[in-house]
Amino acid sequence: MDLITPEIGLFFWQTIVFLVLIILMAKFAWKPILGAVKTREDSINDALASAENAKKEMQNLKADNEKLLQEARIERDALLREAREIKDKMIADAGAEAQEKANHIVAQAQTTIQNEKNAAMADIKNQVASLSIEIAEKVVREELSNKDKQRKLVEVMLDDVTLN
Amino acid sequence: MHGNFEHPFIKFNRTMIAQKSFKIIVVFALALIPLFSFSQEEGSIIKEKAEKFNATDMIMHHIGDSHGWHFFGSGENSFTIPLPVILFTDNGMVSFMSSEFHHDTEGEYIVEKDGMQFVNYHEKIYRLDEGAASLNFDEDHNAVNASKPWDFSITKNVAAMFLTVILMLLFFFSLARYHKKNTAAPSGFNNAMEALVLFVRDEIAIPQIGEKKYMKFMPFLLTVFFFIWITNILGLLPGAANVTGNIAVTVSLGLFTLALIIVNGNREFWKHTFWMPGIPTFVKPILAIVEVMGLIIKPLALMIRLFANITAGHIIILSLLGLIFILESAGVAGISVPFALFITVLELLVAFLQAFIFTILSALFIGMAVAEHEHH
Repeated sequence: MDLITPEIGLFFWQTIVFLVLIILMAKFAWKPILGAVKTREDSINDALASAENAKKEMQNLKADNEKLLQEARIERDALLREAREIKDKMIADAGAEAQEKANHIVAQAQTTIQNEKNAAMADIKNQVASLSIEIAEKVVREELSNKDKQRKLVEVMLDDVTLN
Repeated sequence: MHGNFEHPFIKFNRTMIAQKSFKIIVVFALALIPLFSFSQEEGSIIKEKAEKFNATDMIMHHIGDSHGWHFFGSGENSFTIPLPVILFTDNGMVSFMSSEFHHDTEGEYIVEKDGMQFVNYHEKIYRLDEGAASLNFDEDHNAVNASKPWDFSITKNVAAMFLTVILMLLFFFSLARYHKKNTAAPSGFNNAMEALVLFVRDEIAIPQIGEKKYMKFMPFLLTVFFFIWITNILGLLPGAANVTGNIAVTVSLGLFTLALIIVNGNREFWKHTFWMPGIPTFVKPILAIVEVMGLIIKPLALMIRLFANITAGHIIILSLLGLIFILESAGVAGISVPFALFITVLELLVAFLQAFIFTILSALFIGMAVAEHEHH
């Protein structure tokens, strides 16, 4: 029966000691420990949340960068296209102008050649005419140098007239 | 009684014990060979003196409280730390060291203080009546020529309790001091202690009492958990006291829980206790009786569970070792020592488990008392 009969002395000491222990531990151990743990948990949660935020911001930033890059790329392409067009146009324009100029030069040259040719032809004609007249003079002079021949010529001519 | 014996934690322990028990037995059997011989030595001295070995006396002596902290040896040769004896008699307070009894527990050695004569009979202090020369008992084993003074001695159990208190203050003041200087998580032993503090908070207090109100009960739950656990473990050391296996200690602890329930029980809790809503009126008084009984049985179950579990463990270990002396053969030690070691290892788990069960059930009862009931 001793085993299950509580001793008043031990009960007294247990109660006093335990009560004092609870008060001491609550004030000097549990409060600072639980407080520190709570603070740490809060700071960990905050850190996790801010890391999450930073990640989101990073993603936004990345998306923005991507967008900017895309825009830049599009602009670059546009610029390149424009430049190419200008280049092509310039080349085409230059080609056309050169053609025109060449045509003009050719035409001028042709005119000049024609003129030169005409002048040469006129000159040749004049020379041929004067030569012909000289020849004809000489021939006529020769032909009319004797009477027979003169007569004969007249006759030939008359024949021709008759024939006509 | 409360269905908690099916807790997964216990199941886990069972499996673990089953898997590892063999290894543990072998390792511990080898490690504790020195103690083995110590036990035999102690036994031989007991046998010499008592002629015949009485296992019941030996066990009751070991699990009971005493006025000195006995380690080994017997009679005048024993190694015992003397502890203060504090008595309140009709003539005022008397105090002296337990060593003045000269290791006598048979009521033979008389200590004279302030004109009063005291004897120690089976760790109970009697004050002999005027003129009595020795302690006499009648057939009902009541002292006929002596009275029992109020005994508030610092007994072995009280001293062991102080030891637990000192250890707890050391452990947790160190952790608290760490937290004052640092914001990072602690390492090593502090970290282990902090993990247990968090275990009590996250697995016991918050689930049973609720996020809103648990903070108020944390000091009690943490203190009771670590007090029981550390005391249980210290109780397993050779020569240690059986504090949590003493009914006076568990009664005190159980009354703390009861007091917290009574002080913190809200209006609805008392309404459900004394005048249960939603049932026919004539049943209400009957149920009130049942509920009030339940209110008292809850802490009673707590105190009996802790006391019985710890005492039972000690009795099993002592019985197994006692077999050696009952059978008067050192050969029995080959069987009973490994068995006793196995039980000791089991007791390490029980030490934690009982601390856990006491704390979680206290939290559960407190949680029931402070719960905000939903209106049906």
